[in-house]
Parts: sequence; structure tokens; C-alpha cells
Amino acid sequence: MALAFDEYGRPFIILKEQEQKTRLRGIEAQKANISAGKAVARILQTSLGPKGMDKMLQSPDGDVTITNDGATILEQMDVDNQIAKLMVELSRSQDYEIGDGTTGVVVMAGALLEQAERLLERGIHPIRIAEGYEMASRIAVEHLEHIAQKFDFGPTNVEPLVQTCMTTLSSKIVNRCKRPLAEISVKAVLSVADLERKDVNLDLIKVEGKVGGKLEDTELIYGITVDKDMSHPQMPKQIQDAKIAILTCPFEPPKPKTKHKVDIDTVEKFQTLRQQEQKYFDDMVQKCKDVGATLVICQWGFDDEANHLLMHRNLPAVRWVGGVELELIAIATGGRIVPRFQELTPEKLGRAGLVREKSFGTTKDKMLYIEHCANSRAVTIFIRGGNKMMIEETKRSIHDALCVARNLIRNNSIVYGGGSAEISCSIAVEAAADKYPGVEQYAIRAFADALDSVPMALAENSGLQPIETLSAVKSQQIEENNPHFGIDCNDVGTNDDMREQNVFETLIGKQQQILLATQVVKMILKIDDVISPSDY
Amino acid sequence: MAIERILKDDASEEKGERARMASFVGAIAITDLVKTTLGPKGMDKILQSTGRGQAVTVTNDGATILKSLHIDNPAAKVLIDISKVQDDEVGDGTTSVVVLAGELLREAEKLVAAKIHPMTIISGYRMAAECARNALLQRVVDNKENAEKFKLDLMKIAMTTLSSKILSQDKVHFAQLAVDAVMRLKGSTNLEAIQIIKKPGGSLKDSFLDEGFILDKKIGLGQPKRIENAKILVANTAMDTDKVKIYGARVRVDSMSKVAEIEGAEKEKMREKVQKIIAHGINCFVNRQLIYNFPEELFADAGILAIEHADFDGIERLALVTGGEIASTFDNPESVKLGHCKLIEEIMIGEDKLIHFSGVEMGQACTIVLRGASHHVLDEAERSLHDALCVLSQTVNDTRVVLGGGWPEMVMAKAVDELARQTPGKKSHAIEAFSRALVAIPTIIADNAGLDSADLVAQLRAEHHKEGCNAGIDVISGSVGDMAELGISESFKVKQAVLLSATEAAEMILRVDEIITCAPRKREDRM
Repeated sequence: MALAFDEYGRPFIILKEQEQKTRLRGIEAQKANISAGKAVARILQTSLGPKGMDKMLQSPDGDVTITNDGATILEQMDVDNQIAKLMVELSRSQDYEIGDGTTGVVVMAGALLEQAERLLERGIHPIRIAEGYEMASRIAVEHLEHIAQKFDFGPTNVEPLVQTCMTTLSSKIVNRCKRPLAEISVKAVLSVADLERKDVNLDLIKVEGKVGGKLEDTELIYGITVDKDMSHPQMPKQIQDAKIAILTCPFEPPKPKTKHKVDIDTVEKFQTLRQQEQKYFDDMVQKCKDVGATLVICQWGFDDEANHLLMHRNLPAVRWVGGVELELIAIATGGRIVPRFQELTPEKLGRAGLVREKSFGTTKDKMLYIEHCANSRAVTIFIRGGNKMMIEETKRSIHDALCVARNLIRNNSIVYGGGSAEISCSIAVEAAADKYPGVEQYAIRAFADALDSVPMALAENSGLQPIETLSAVKSQQIEENNPHFGIDCNDVGTNDDMREQNVFETLIGKQQQILLATQVVKMILKIDDVISPSDY
Repeated sequence: MAIERILKDDASEEKGERARMASFVGAIAITDLVKTTLGPKGMDKILQSTGRGQAVTVTNDGATILKSLHIDNPAAKVLIDISKVQDDEVGDGTTSVVVLAGELLREAEKLVAAKIHPMTIISGYRMAAECARNALLQRVVDNKENAEKFKLDLMKIAMTTLSSKILSQDKVHFAQLAVDAVMRLKGSTNLEAIQIIKKPGGSLKDSFLDEGFILDKKIGLGQPKRIENAKILVANTAMDTDKVKIYGARVRVDSMSKVAEIEGAEKEKMREKVQKIIAHGINCFVNRQLIYNFPEELFADAGILAIEHADFDGIERLALVTGGEIASTFDNPESVKLGHCKLIEEIMIGEDKLIHFSGVEMGQACTIVLRGASHHVLDEAERSLHDALCVLSQTVNDTRVVLGGGWPEMVMAKAVDELARQTPGKKSHAIEAFSRALVAIPTIIADNAGLDSADLVAQLRAEHHKEGCNAGIDVISGSVGDMAELGISESFKVKQAVLLSATEAAEMILRVDEIITCAPRKREDRM
């Protein structure tokens, strides 16, 4: 522990309660950090690629999650180490930014750390390593742009998009029916995409799941589903050409926010109050009827009396619909959310071609489908599956696929998957390394080695000989000067050209992976002092 | 240098082989637990709850058993979940699905030990499951066109389902009950419309199906005990003190006389309400909520039968059978639809008085009254009947039927075996294993019946070698028999759901190579 002395030789205390803290400094600190980072990467390494394995996570409440999505694994892992938390953040930021490649980015960072450790042992200063990594990452990103290909798709030609989504889905448990799921994702994204502005608002895609049935029954609904049923059991279950009033006020007597008291002291007052109350209910329902609504969707509850009045006037209604769903319904049907009955006008009603109630299985589960909406921009992906964990995992996989499709619409450049892009970058970085004088050269070379670790992990997970396969592919790439050779994970055959196997990834996803991984590794390398409260 | 702990203190992590072993052990333990309940000669389990009173349940329903277990093993939880889903989705086969998934994992464990990669096993299982489904699909019988035959099919399915339950003694009786009840639903799967009333006493044989509706309530004092051509108003309204709903209202008075006045006004209000209700021209009034003495008296004076406290389900069903609507306001008597029935009377079942509505307009709902020696028997009977009803209502929608008694498993196993022989590569081991797991089901059925399973299954296999064979295990006589002749059938939908969810669950567990358990949430000490 560092101790400083003043001119009389008395020790001063720099850190408060320093005896109770553990402190790691210098090379020790770096090594500890690196080993923590590597440990996290090692957990995820086996989940990479189409033959990657899943992890089973048990939450503090005993719920089980089975997934191979990197971001989800790390988030639920209950991590305590600071550096490991950085890795968790890393995966999360990839998830927010790109949505896919959350496992790859962590594996990449782990490999970079591993290489850095070796360089540190040879006495290279961490800052020099960091700088070398920075240079190398720039080379790699540029090289990626170089080997990237644009590909064209339009509303009619969606095949390339479907192929890319299939690459993403093939690493998940849902790969049994990746084709239909990929098609659903692409259709969903295209129907909400703004191709002019190249933007996609994923909030318009709602992903709903219900246990039961099988994965193949998953469907895309051009409209909204709400997990609610009609407020009165005898209301009609199907409405054609619905005009929907979307309300955020309850069918109940008003509750003014200011504190007040209504005192009843005479019989007359008691009677007038009663009449007012009845009139109030009557007015509310009449108002909805008057503007021509044929369906009322309300965020709040109904009084029994109001419920019956609605039923009586043949006005079906749905109660307790959540705020988010309400908004989606408003977007889809082109209606406005109305906060007060007085403001209800015919223009503010939403329109939908068909509203129907559908029941599932042997339990009383019912869902409301709102279809053929005026504005078909909001869609719902409705997932079925054998059990709860399956549904959750499918939701995550669909989310990844949606993100990939969105990224492609934003930027239609792609690189080839199966590790081919990494191998090609590695070759480019390796070649560039020799041009740099100085210590950085070693760091750049180490970066190239780290890039190799992704295809290596892919090969290993697929049950191939990692070193043998990697060197074969690498030499093939150089020999034929073709950056499309990758690891044949699916055991298709001898031809390893990823272009023919239709394995694509987005360019921005790959670039982001390299940049984010490099950044985090730089950050970890720069730490030379870890002060933490010791346990007891 | 020691690797630092990455996870929090109480969290644990198991990797690779250990993780896989933990899953296998957990899943197989669960399977072994429910295995003995499979088949017509399966045994029951006693479950004692940890709650107050230590309520005891006796059952052989897989889903019920698994639901009540407190399990810590994550793989076991997956199996419990599939059983629950099976229960919600098709209602029966809850034990079979767990047993099949467990057997698949047991076979997978052997393959993993023989150094076959889990991914290879999974792809083999997938191919096998697909092939098995197709094989079954080819052999289904669909009698949708022929109503007579279809009804016979339903009857057979109901008997097969019930034969493994406590009701097996009177399965013909109960199968008839269940089929009748489901046929009345006319294709709807809403089992809410079938009401099951349990009354201890008598024997299971005394159970009966009633075409009308029985409400477990008493008729108010001094009101007619029997009404012919009843007009019924079904309501959900407050009949105690009708409180003022405007927020913040309260009564504040300055003298006793005023209190009396307001009380009078309240009474007047209630009287008015009752008058309005009477003005509907009804002679029976059923309310979901409480009816106070005062309005009850008024109703009695008007000669109207008033029933209070009918619960939500009761009200909905009553509205459904009598065709009336559930009313909460009574201002426009002309437009409220009233329910009708021919006769309302009080009947006695055992020692209890019930209200019986007969000759109802819409025949969609009905009531099954179960009688039995004890609560446990009745509970189990209800569960069994529920299973049968679920299966039947699903079969009405998906009319495909297969034979039972281990026949579907043997058919599938044969097709899968065929596939294994044609498949090159390591996958064929997995496919073979799948067929072994399928054969395990008839084996367990035979074992549970105390028969020589090895001999029977071998005979069965030989029989199935012939084309178009209908052989299955006849547990009653303890030999291989013709299932078509014995009339043992099962719903195709149930079998398919069992096959697919079991494969899916096994696949899911196999894919796991690491288990991370978070520290359990600390409960605050309440001491």
C-alpha cells in the first residue's frame, strides 16, 4: 500500500480507511483485469456461430432462461467484477446500436485482451499496445469497406434481405424454421420502413408470444393484437369496418384532482345526486355512440353500470388496455387518443377493417386482433412455441433479425460471414503491420492474430479442427485473392465460398464490432490501479 | 495468478460436461417420478401441500403432480413447463410428454458419452421427429364426414383417456357423459360452458349429466320453490345499499330526523330499483352480488324468485344457457333481453339443495354432477373428466384419430428406424436413439401393468413388421391385441403435440453447455 511521509517522517493517509481496501497496481492490475475480461469472453465463446451451444440461466427468483444471445446471457449473469461489467456494457451497446453480433463483439474483445497479455509480458507498455490496436482497427475497418459489397433489393426483390436474416437466425435454436421466420421479419420491417428516408421505426413492430402450438404456426399480422377480451361476455366477437374510439378516461364518475367534499344533508340533494350520476353514465355512452364509434378501447376500467349501458347500446368495448398498446392502436388505425369524452369527434376515431376475438387452447385465453387497419404501418409478429423459454428465445432471435433487416435498409453494404471477413481483415492487418516502424508493429500483428480467433471459435464450435481449418481457409483466400472464403460451419461440402452459401452479415455490424471491441480493450489496458473495498 | 471471481458471491456456474450432467440428471429424475403413472395400470401419487392444513391431493395427472413440485433444477423446470403447456393446449398427454422428453434425454446422454456432439444429436432428432410425424399422419383415420362413426371415435377416445384415471371403473358411463357434454358445445372449445358440480356422497356411478343448468344456491325464504315458464333477468348490480358513486360524496346531517329522512330516501331508492326490475315482467332474478334482506323481501312480495351471490362463472353460464343478457341498469325494460326456461325448481342432491333450471333455450351449456365417496375422489374425478373433455373438444375441431395402446409409438418407431438405416453419417445414431425412446413408452405402459415388457414389446415389434398392422398392448389381458377391435383410440392432435413439444424440450436442454445460477434473492426475515 502506498504510504507517503511528510518532512518529519510521519505517514500520511492518502486513501480513507486504506487498511480496509485492497489495491492492485501496475502490471498486476492489468493482468487481473485481463484475466477477468477473458473469463467473460470464454463463457460466450461456445455460443458463437450456427453450431454454438446455449446457456441456461437461473434468475434470483428461480426462473429459467435458455439463450445463446450474448447480450442476454451477460445481462442475466449477475456479474460482480468491475471489468466483467465493462464487457457486459460492451455487449449491451452493440445490442442497442446494431442488435446483432453481441456474442462476436465480446469474443473479439477477449481475444484482443489475450494478445495484449502476451505483449505485456514482453515488456511493451500498455499505452503502446493500445495505440497499436487503434491503428490496426482503423486498417481493419477500412479494409472491410473495401471488401464490402452493395446489394440491391427493393420491395419486390427481398431475397437478399431474407438471406441475411437467415444467417442471423441460423445461430439460434429457431434455426429449424429459419426461412419462414426470416421472411416474416423482412416483411415486417419492410411494411414499417420508410425507404425514402432509409429509416425504420422498430417500435411499430410488436412482438407477441403465446405458449402452445408449434414454431411453424408463428405468423405476421398486419395489425395489432391485444391480450384482452371484450368487457362484457355477450358483446359481439367480431366487428367489420370498426370505427374505434381510443379513450384514456374511465367510464366512471369523474374524480376531480382537488380535494373536495359533497355533503348530503337533505333528501333532495340525495335524489339529485343520484340522478346526476345516472345521467353521467348515460352521457358518456351516448357521446361515444353519437360520434359513430363501433368499438371503444379504453385504458381504464368500467363501472358495472357503464358496462351494461355499452352492451345495451350495442357498443363493444375493451378495458384495461396498456398505454403502449393504446399508442400502437392509435398509430395503426389512424385514430387519436382522446383524454376526455367532451373532445370526442368523428375525425378522432380510428378505423380498422376487422376486429375479432380469438381463443386459444383449453384455457379461457383470448386475444383481440385488430386487422386491416387504416394505416397498415404497424404490424405484429405473433410467436407460438412449445414452452415459455422457447417463446422468449424466439422473441430475442426475431429481434436480432429485425435489427439486421433494419440495418440493411439503412445501409445496404454487406460483408460475407462465416468468419471470412475477419480472416480477410487479419490478412490485411498483418500485411500493413510491416509498414509501421516502432513498437506498434507488434501490437498490430497481435491484432491480426486476435481477428483470427473469431473464425477459430467458429470452427471449434462446429466440430472442425480449428487450426487446420483456419490455415487452409487463409491460404485459400490469399492464393485466389478472394475474401469470400470462410469456415464451412454447416458442413455443406468442400466449397467454402460464403457467397455461394449465402452467408451474409451487415457491414456496419461488423465495423461496429471491431470498433467497440477495440475501444473497450483500450480502456481496460489503460487501467493501472484498482482500488476496491476489501471484503471484510 | 488466481482468476478473480466474476460472478456475485452466491452465484454458481457449471460448465461443459458437468452442466450437461446436471441437466440430464434433473430431467431424468423428473421422468422417473411421473413414469409410474403412465398407462391404464399407472399408479397414483399423494401430494401433501406445505401450506396450512397440509391439504392432500391424490392424482395421477402428470400436470397436476408436476405443478405441485418445488424444483430447483433448471432442466427439470423446462420439463414441468412443457407439461403445463400440454395441459393448457390439449389437456391430456401431460405425462407422456414428460416421459418422452426424458427418454430422449436418457438416450442422448448415452450418445454424448459415446462422444457424439450434441448438435449432431439434435439434427438427428429433428429429422426423426419430422419422419415420425409423417408416418403417423399417413395412418390417421378421419371420420369427419360420417357423424355416426365420428361419435363412436369420440366415445373410444374418451374411454381411452379415462381408462388411466380413477374413473376407469365406470369409464363407459363417464365417457358417455363427456361425449354428450362436448357434442352440445357444437365445436366451441369453451369448456367454461360445461359446469362440473361436486357433491360428496353416493358413488361415482350416481354421477349424471344434466341438460339444464344447476346453480349451487338456495332459494330465498318465502319465495316460490318452483316456477314454470320462468322469465329470468340475469344481473350484476349492487342490491345492498346502492351507494353514490360520485367521488367525495358523504352524508352530513345535523339532526336525528334528517338521518331518518335520508334513510327513508335510500329505502325509497331501493324500492324504485326493485320496482324497475319487477317491471321487466320477470319471475326470477339472479344477481351476482349480494341482495340485502329488504329488497329480497320486496321480491318475495312480488312473487319473484331472487337468487343472490351467484358467482361470475355462474352468471356467465346462466346468461349463456338461458339466452338473457347480463344487465346492470334497468331503465329500459323493453330492450333488455330476458332469459327463458321451462322450469325452475329446487332439487336435492345428497343433503344439499340446489336450484335446477331445465328446458333452457340454448342447449350449449350443461352441468355434470359428480358424486363420490370423498373429496379426494371427487377432485381426481373432476381432473380426469376435465382431461377427457379437453381432448374431446380438441378432437371435434381436429377430427383425425389414431389408435392407442402404444400403437402410434410403434408405428413411428418403425418409420424412424427405416430412416436411420438410410441416413449416412453420425446422425443415424441419434435417429436410432429416437426410435428407442419412442419404444420406451409402450415398455413403460407394460411395466406399469406388471407385464413382461421385454417379451411384449418384442412381440409388438414383430407384429408391426407386417404392413397395416393394428397391434398394440392390451393391458387388460396382458397380451398383444388388435387396437382397432379393442376400440382404443387417441386424438392425433394430442399425439402430435406430445411428439413435437417433447422433441423441442429435449433439443433445448441438449443445446445447453453452461448453467449459470444467480444468487437466490434474499428473503427478508419476518421475525
